[in-house]
Amino acid sequence: MNTMNIQNDFEAVIGLEVHAQLATDSKIFCACRARLPGGPAAESVADVAVNSNTCPVCSGHPGTLPVLNRKAVEFAMLAGLATNCRINPRSVFARKSYFYPDLPKGYQISQYDQPICEAGWLEINTASARKRIRIDRIHMEEDAGKNIHLSGFSVVNLNRAGVPLIEIVSAPDMRTAEEAGAYLRALHGVVTYLGICDGNMQEGNFRCDANVSVMPRGSKEFGTRAEIKNVNSFRFIEKAIDFEIRRQIEVLRAGGRVIQETRGYDSARNVTVSLRSKEEAQDYRYFPDPDLIPLRIEDSWIASIRPRIPELPARKFERFVSEFGLSQYDAEVLLASRAIAEFYEESVKILKAAFPDPSDLRAAAKAAANWTTGELMRLLNEEGRELSASKVTPAHIADLVRLAQSRVVSSTGAKQALGVAWKTGESVETIVEREGLRQVSDTAALEVSIDKVIAGFPAQVAEYKAGKEKVIGFLVGQVMKQSGGKANPSLVQELLKKKLS
Amino acid sequence: MDADKLQTIRAIHDSFDKKQASVVEVTRHFLDSVKKKGGKDGLNAFLTVCENRVLERAEAADQILRAEGKVPRDRVPLFGIPLGIKDNLTMDGVRTTCGSKMLDNYVAPYTATCVERLESAGALCLGKLNMDEFAMGGSNENSAYGPVLHPTQPERVPGGSSGGSAAAVRAGLCVAALGTDTGGSIRLPASYCGIVGLKPTYGRVSRYGLVAFASSLDQVGPMARTVEDAAILFDVMSGHDPRDATSATVPKGACREALRKAPETQAEWNGIRIGVPKEYFVGGLSAEVEKSIQSSLRWFESKGARVIPISLPHTQYAVAVYYLVAVSEASSNLARFDGVRYGVRPAEAENADDLAAFYRKVRAHFGPEVKRRIILGTFALSSGYSEAYYRRACQVRRLIKQDFATAFEKVDFIAGPVSPTTAFKIGERISDPLQMYLNDIFTIPANLAGLPAISIPSGTETPDSLPIGLHLIAPPFQEERLLSLAHAFEKRGAAP
Repeated sequence: MNTMNIQNDFEAVIGLEVHAQLATDSKIFCACRARLPGGPAAESVADVAVNSNTCPVCSGHPGTLPVLNRKAVEFAMLAGLATNCRINPRSVFARKSYFYPDLPKGYQISQYDQPICEAGWLEINTASARKRIRIDRIHMEEDAGKNIHLSGFSVVNLNRAGVPLIEIVSAPDMRTAEEAGAYLRALHGVVTYLGICDGNMQEGNFRCDANVSVMPRGSKEFGTRAEIKNVNSFRFIEKAIDFEIRRQIEVLRAGGRVIQETRGYDSARNVTVSLRSKEEAQDYRYFPDPDLIPLRIEDSWIASIRPRIPELPARKFERFVSEFGLSQYDAEVLLASRAIAEFYEESVKILKAAFPDPSDLRAAAKAAANWTTGELMRLLNEEGRELSASKVTPAHIADLVRLAQSRVVSSTGAKQALGVAWKTGESVETIVEREGLRQVSDTAALEVSIDKVIAGFPAQVAEYKAGKEKVIGFLVGQVMKQSGGKANPSLVQELLKKKLS
Repeated sequence: MDADKLQTIRAIHDSFDKKQASVVEVTRHFLDSVKKKGGKDGLNAFLTVCENRVLERAEAADQILRAEGKVPRDRVPLFGIPLGIKDNLTMDGVRTTCGSKMLDNYVAPYTATCVERLESAGALCLGKLNMDEFAMGGSNENSAYGPVLHPTQPERVPGGSSGGSAAAVRAGLCVAALGTDTGGSIRLPASYCGIVGLKPTYGRVSRYGLVAFASSLDQVGPMARTVEDAAILFDVMSGHDPRDATSATVPKGACREALRKAPETQAEWNGIRIGVPKEYFVGGLSAEVEKSIQSSLRWFESKGARVIPISLPHTQYAVAVYYLVAVSEASSNLARFDGVRYGVRPAEAENADDLAAFYRKVRAHFGPEVKRRIILGTFALSSGYSEAYYRRACQVRRLIKQDFATAFEKVDFIAGPVSPTTAFKIGERISDPLQMYLNDIFTIPANLAGLPAISIPSGTETPDSLPIGLHLIAPPFQEERLLSLAHAFEKRGAAP
């Protein structure tokens, strides 16, 4: 069954709860590290030896007290400002009580009825429409530890306990898995561009739970919802939601009722499976944490934070399309990572000097986008390397574009040059010279080859002269072959046409 | 060395100065007393004795003494002074039981800020003092390690929950001690044992390293034989601590200095207004206690102070509010003792079928009073009830606080009894928790309002000479004025 068909008589309602680990240096309530200093983003405190990144506070020793990390507050404020939220002048940390071995204090410090940010929104673009998804709230909390199950026993690793989190809760404004995916990507873009979250879903520093229900199309009353927990990629969350929508519709069609429950996603079988019933809601016994005074945020503090918001992906997207004439697809690919987008913009900045004319610059910018999203990303993916660890710089891309546009190198030659730069990091000029990649634009030398070809392929020359202009391509190819691929093809064509006219 | 003289900081420093005793000698004297009278066969006041740790420090102090020739009082105000520490305050590497079997094997990996500050000021911590389990109780009968005995009437309770601290100070097992006060746990045992006990303003002494009972009420304070000694300890301990977010950013105490400015002249006394709440003189107050408090008030009047009848209209709700707020917070604070990370894990729990069964087996190791309060607190916070209980209690708490703010517009201090009675007999009330709760009726309001309050001996009850304590309460952060008034009262018998 296909989602589009079933949506004729049913409609899905989707809300997302996203947990983003804040990329602060220290944990939210103590001085332990929240991430490894200087390490690549993928490396997390969870990788350090078990329980080595702990102190009496984050391991919940009796008598210890939490002290709020100012930077974590500022990161949460940035998230709120970038998603058009109101920053509450007063917010309160509460204790959320539940018994689980990875929770050293027996309660989690979180925010409950007075969160730091409320009432925001984020705009999403899907194939069909542009839509505003409301954000109900963003609240701060501490991460729990992690249970590791070994044979016959389990250990609790508290290295992650106390890492600051924000939970971003959307309104139930999404109607399709595609919209949910678009929202999640947009949100991911915001937090990573802000630099407040490393955004690695596999590492768990950007985690998503989806609340999904279905109702007859046009109904005002939402159906009973199921919560899909901890799906660790964009692709899987869309698939999981799609499956869940279909499942619920099938249940309703068969005359059954959807039960409120928590479900997990099995990516191998592409199904969601029931984890536990939520019919009896857990009582978390929230109350204000008496160890922490209410958090007060003055307007002046907000004002001092606001300038730290960089250009966000949505704005950059508009600019890439309008200013550089990129396709929506290219713009999206470049913007998927802040590092790639900044790398690309840097290369365009260098090209500006070489192409003062705006229309030339647009052509160059487009070429730079092709080099970045094409060959460079292929190399990065193939070797699983981060852009920051690559030897290719924005100057390399700019030089390639410049030399290719001015026909100093052919596109094949440019590709070859990038391959060498990837390995050695040498400048494009050096590589082109050493490897002899410069195109032959010497007319005299080319004319010799052209004469040879004209003499060697009389039948094709006759066909051309009889009006079959396509044959020129074959003749150009022959000249290129003679030159060992170094000839400038457009120049060859020009010379050939002149000779045969 | 004249052991009888070793009762106050001043006296001990004098004997160091005069080379009448070395720090090690004094320390050994106290350690011997602790061994003789402080353990199971005696008052049962000490749960842990840190003999090696304290002797090492005493030897180091003697070297300083030899080098400098006299006690460096200004730099190290507690130089060589043997103290006791209530067992809900942590010391790095020392067992911290909170009077509970649940923490029988818990060795803290860090030192509480207040203890750290005392030790930096030269104090020698002899060991850890018995208490009601997790500070829940007013008689010390709730300790998992057995009750502390009253220092002069061993068939009676010393009061609680800082009963070990009060008994040890009164019996001369240490010069002074730290107690903690959530609903009267410093003042009540101080009153029963006839010593001085100060509960500072909430936020004036760091709670870092105090194993929480009720976080919004708990406060660490000194218990000593004299107001001056309490002042010295308070000055050292107080002041902002960046490790406690509820710690106030007010300067550390300057009480010792303030004692010199205790009211003396007629004019100075005339400027002092003491409020006496009518709600503190009600049914249940023993006649002897009332008589002693009234005669204390008459003494203040005789000096020229104005004693003014006042009203704190919401006093009648204080006990109910306290037993909702305190148990709610306690139910959360004690959640970590689940046998996973903290709390003993009994052998039978190892074979539990699942986490819930495991949890049940571990949690069975709390004593009955602790269980009672955890269950009450869990209920008061539970969904559907927290509005009517916990939240309502917080609202009424604000009214009680407001009562005091209003009263302090007209008076400088509030005076009354600490407890309705003197020390009662062990076992006499243990079967009636409600009556036990009512025992805290006069001390609880200061905790709910976060105010500084002191218990100071005002007399004794015949025929057993059981001590009675006068209760003085001051506006927030006015420990200096509170202690100087208490100091004047303390000296009332002495020749001018």
